[in-house]
Amino acid sequence: MSKEKVRYSEIIPKTKQWPIVQLSRDRKKFIEEVSAESFESLKGITKGRSLREEVEMTIYREKARIRANPWRVDPRDEKPFWNKMQQRLLDSGTMEPAEARKEEEKILMEIIRRYAEEISGNFKKNSYRFARTVVTFGFARLLNATRVKGLTSLFSRQLDLDDKIHIVGETEHIRNLARHGTVVMVPTHFSNLDSILIGWVIQFLGLPAFIYGAGLNLFNIKIFAYFMNSLGAYKVDRRKKNPIYLETLKTYSSMALQRGCHSLFFPGGTRSRSGHIEKRLKLGLLSTTIEAQRILYQKAKDARKASKIFVVPVVINYNFTLEAPALINEHLKRTGQERYYQESDEFSSSYKIATFLFKFFTKGSDISVSIGKGMDILGNYVDDTGNSYDANGNPIDTVDYFISNGQITVDAQREEEYVRILSRRIVEEYHKYNRVFASHLVAFTAFKMIERKNAKLDLYNLLRLPDEDLVLNYEEFKEAFKKLRKKVMKMEKAGKVSVAGHLKKKADQVIKLGVENVGLYHAQRPLIMKNGNIVIQNMNTLYYYHNRMDGYGLENYI
Amino acid sequence: MASKTTSKQPVGVIGAGSFGTAMANLLAEKKNPVLLYARTPERAEKFQRERIASGQKLDDLIEVTNDIEKVTKSCSVIFPIIPSANFRDMMRKMSPFLRPYHILIHGTKGLDLEMAQSEKINPRNPLTREHVKTMSEVIQEESQVVRVGCLAGPNLAREISEKKPAATVVASHFDEVIKMGEQLLKNDRFLIYGSNDLIGIELCGVLKNIIAVGAGTIAGLGLGANASALFISRGLVEMVHIGTALGGNASAFLGLAGVGDLIATAGSNLSRNYTVGYRLAQGEDIDEIINSMEEVAEGIKTIEIIHALSITYKVRCPITETLYKIINKEMDVNDAHKFLMKFPFRAEIDFL
Repeated sequence: MSKEKVRYSEIIPKTKQWPIVQLSRDRKKFIEEVSAESFESLKGITKGRSLREEVEMTIYREKARIRANPWRVDPRDEKPFWNKMQQRLLDSGTMEPAEARKEEEKILMEIIRRYAEEISGNFKKNSYRFARTVVTFGFARLLNATRVKGLTSLFSRQLDLDDKIHIVGETEHIRNLARHGTVVMVPTHFSNLDSILIGWVIQFLGLPAFIYGAGLNLFNIKIFAYFMNSLGAYKVDRRKKNPIYLETLKTYSSMALQRGCHSLFFPGGTRSRSGHIEKRLKLGLLSTTIEAQRILYQKAKDARKASKIFVVPVVINYNFTLEAPALINEHLKRTGQERYYQESDEFSSSYKIATFLFKFFTKGSDISVSIGKGMDILGNYVDDTGNSYDANGNPIDTVDYFISNGQITVDAQREEEYVRILSRRIVEEYHKYNRVFASHLVAFTAFKMIERKNAKLDLYNLLRLPDEDLVLNYEEFKEAFKKLRKKVMKMEKAGKVSVAGHLKKKADQVIKLGVENVGLYHAQRPLIMKNGNIVIQNMNTLYYYHNRMDGYGLENYI
Repeated sequence: MASKTTSKQPVGVIGAGSFGTAMANLLAEKKNPVLLYARTPERAEKFQRERIASGQKLDDLIEVTNDIEKVTKSCSVIFPIIPSANFRDMMRKMSPFLRPYHILIHGTKGLDLEMAQSEKINPRNPLTREHVKTMSEVIQEESQVVRVGCLAGPNLAREISEKKPAATVVASHFDEVIKMGEQLLKNDRFLIYGSNDLIGIELCGVLKNIIAVGAGTIAGLGLGANASALFISRGLVEMVHIGTALGGNASAFLGLAGVGDLIATAGSNLSRNYTVGYRLAQGEDIDEIINSMEEVAEGIKTIEIIHALSITYKVRCPITETLYKIINKEMDVNDAHKFLMKFPFRAEIDFL
């Protein structure tokens, strides 16, 4: 406990110089640039559809969305706006072809501008400072109030948020990278809390504020909306899947990166429903890192000295995910199609968040945030000054990936492939930085033992096993657990996974710790110890927590 | 686009075997200067002086060399066409000079086997896809190159050198690589097909060698065209099953690189693998055959590897298994065919 606390200074003390501050200062101009750029790429493409059809489709879908799935954050003038666009498009039908085309383009431009305005964040450095203070001090006070006994504890500075949240991994490295180029942070996503958590991590590490894509649904809740806005969030509306919106969103991200704004997005898209670490990433926003890097190279006088973009994977580890029961149910219900599902949020009101936060701080269950090694946009590791190296330690000039016949060329298909490479690398890194907690391994062991005992049952039947089949003999359990732990330690040595320190204690201790912590605050904990046995109380959440360790091939070692 | 012949960047070909030389000539035919790498200084010097390599006359635009640094630095498109057993070493040699702007299109139809020296393969540590790599995977592991492709299809080197018509598949995840292959190689009698299933197409070329060895034994025993056709059909099914288990798509095997190449190699004594099978059936000893051949028959090594993988991944491969027994002298060729006639095959293709 007496370990000296690390404190990070701000790498750019003057907020004025933060790219995000500069961006928000010319917000208007930036929106105009984004709109113009999106317009340029949109009026050309349209896969097999004419511009008219594209616009028509978008209007139709938007009107359908307004009817079927309205949200509180939606602006009031939505309906009239789309009606007007529809009318204008209709009217242009009788015009001369050339004129009609002009009108179509005008409508397109107006839609894009609306989207750009809507996406664009509204970063205010003063409220950033305020929000930051609230998060840091407020939470710290709360933490002290609940952990340190006595009334005066409310003013105690004994415990800080970083006692609760452990930031491990390449912290100095990411600070260095932020000095040498533009950082894109890509964390895993398990809980709605992640957004705020990462916001805190960023400021704790002394990094300038990041812009980040946050689900518009979060803005439904006022308290979140306030924090998000002031932390530099821009809005991503997952209800809108039309090409015009997506292109505008991507352009926004790409151009912000080109301006040197550090960015953050959850490449998994949404929270992991199953509890698995992300295996497939959404390639849309990820592709903007590659596009932005290429454009930076194209625009630089000397491409070999152009500013670089660094991708930093981050893995967040919890013993407990508040939303787990709902998430896993959703996962199990859904047959893999995520077309038009309604977000049913546990975080649907400020009250619920407050309760959660209270629970979170009053009961001791720690969180660890692992900062990964920085990579270039092809997933090659970079050193502290941002130079890329291949697996054999030879330097790589990243610009060479865009060169063909001695020149930087634009090849959309090539870049699509590069996104896939990058996404595979991020997933690899996630698995490497995934920190095994006792609770994860205990859940995994228990689930696999049940699975083995009922080899003939499929998952859904397994989840419906009667209570009497959900008791595991402690000695058998311990044996299996030890085998798995041995394998996990081996994997750690090979650099395939990370391990929390507590996992190295005596087996009995670790198991106890694991059982006590897995899914700690659920109404029904997944595992308990009873009469010297391990008893499973809730198969669904057990399955959820077990999934965290899935994908390493561990089941072969039980 | 009138005359752009001056100072054209040369194209590299690594390996002056029969297929490598044939490709070098095809490249030169389209007015590309070619740097052809031969494995020893002596060979390079000899080929360069005599203007003949692997029995083929060399086009004037071809320069033979043993300087790998020169080839790698002066060419941004390179075709490595060397035996799989030497492939990884070669890539390691080239690696310091290779950059992400390079495009590599290989023409090697074999697999790479790599494991730690102390590592033993046994039931507790089975051979897996971790140990076995296709050539495109080797290139990516050993160098910074990502724009990788392969050549596969009915490409018997002798026939190409005799200027008979043929076609090849250029497979790559990158359209620009396919386009580059087409731009460099395509001519009136040499067609280029493109495919994005790189692994699938590589596996076609690799796996068909097994069937070619087997088809050779049928011919060597004089069992006739019916038996041969039966064997090839069964062979194709086996290729698909193991090929999909190793990461290819079934459809690749039904195209030019699969069926097409299979028909060519499993019916021609110009094929080295077919010849191995033929001579086995004639009663020759496997070691003798290997020693007497000028170039490597990839099929033999492939049989060993695929046999082990089929056990690991629990894919029934009766043909591979039988051939494995033949080359390890556990079964003679006659018994092998009697066994195969009795074996209850999954009769038809049922996976489409």
